[in-house]
Amino acid sequence: MSGIILPGADGQLFQRDRAWHPAADTPGYKSTTFRAPRHSLLALGPTRSEMSGPTFGHETFGPLDNDLIRNYSQDGTDAIGQRMVVYGQVLDENARPVPDTLVEYWQANAGGRYRHKKEGYLAALDPNFGGFGRSLTDENGFYSFRTVKPGAYPWPNGGNDWRPAHIHFSVFGHAFAQRLITQMYFEGDPMIWQCPIVATIPDKAAIDQLTARLDRHNTAPMDALTYRFDIVLRGRRSTMFENKLEGN
Amino acid sequence: MLHPTPTLKETPSQTAGPYVHIGMTPNFCEITGVCDVDLGLNMLANDTAGERITLTGRVIDGAGSPVGDAVIEIWQAQADGTFAGPRTGEQGHGFTGWGRQPTQPDGTYRFETVKPGPVEGPDGRKQAPHVSLWIVARGINIGLQTRLYFADEAEANATDFVLNKIMDPRRRETLIARKEEGGRYVMDIVLQGEGETVFFDI
Repeated sequence: MSGIILPGADGQLFQRDRAWHPAADTPGYKSTTFRAPRHSLLALGPTRSEMSGPTFGHETFGPLDNDLIRNYSQDGTDAIGQRMVVYGQVLDENARPVPDTLVEYWQANAGGRYRHKKEGYLAALDPNFGGFGRSLTDENGFYSFRTVKPGAYPWPNGGNDWRPAHIHFSVFGHAFAQRLITQMYFEGDPMIWQCPIVATIPDKAAIDQLTARLDRHNTAPMDALTYRFDIVLRGRRSTMFENKLEGN
Repeated sequence: MLHPTPTLKETPSQTAGPYVHIGMTPNFCEITGVCDVDLGLNMLANDTAGERITLTGRVIDGAGSPVGDAVIEIWQAQADGTFAGPRTGEQGHGFTGWGRQPTQPDGTYRFETVKPGPVEGPDGRKQAPHVSLWIVARGINIGLQTRLYFADEAEANATDFVLNKIMDPRRRETLIARKEEGGRYVMDIVLQGEGETVFFDI
């Protein structure tokens, strides 16, 4: 090959720091008990199969895809709850923006209830809130969406466990091995520190990385509070050019 | 220096939770009208080249119970061994290479796709035809990565560098889908215990 390698087609990924992520088996979060593999993971340097990844076209996206206040509205009115904008930048570990990547998010409504038939919490469903949206990052890696702040809710883990308010995120990146699912928490929420799922993360600094910041300067007056949540995907080594051995 | 030192830490993973189907297959769990179709359901177009196949099986936990709340994504080469999409510079001919399916309440999954061609490995030799898989669900703190190989590719499988990293031949079998009538390949994904699938740290 002539030296130029297309982005996404090559450039070895940095090794994943698994001590920064939760372990597979975390007894405080009981659902892991029968779902955590017991064998060690097989170490595998990524091949072209894991270094490449799917591409998503703009045409797949509708104008309300990133507006959870309106995108499930049954009668044209807004979802109930504290109005909020969430935005952030998707970067890699080299602090390079990740453009044109799919970010999906889902959450409970303002009362803390999910629109799901297995949901057991007593809080009311909001007929105008579905709890799902998606964005494609722009050329600088930014995404944003409009929603209502999700409520905290109880869940069957210990006798009386509650999840802090949170939003689930799924992010693609440009390589299949960058694929990530995580959750965003809210700055200042005291319930973060009692949650068994948050506690699966061993390092307080890593938990802090999942905590969105209130962005007072970008709030919409008389409309919505704004939170910023940046997401970091695995980095790649620079593509090496034959005529420039120090890398690019 | 060939590569810079990382300056940021990867965002820590969290479980996809019990309601991952809301976020990844909203129409499947009756959140309709937000998007027309769930992404990744259909990987094929009429003019997609290659042998049509079905990949199926069950996801099973360490208690032997079906995992009915998982999402599986696959990523694979086309029949000619190239990956579809503008980033790789290869024409997809209507084939996405990427699929996403929820597991059903009985833990089964199913993808309609084409049989992939062999892909170049790091040493320049071809890898055996394979499909990359990623599995998330409640109780999985970080998505599980594995591969599916094809039982009717015994010769290629015998020299595949990934399969050959697995010392125990019985464990190697966990990545090989058996062939059934009608182009069906069947591979169960066992999260834990007897017959546990080999998962990768990539």
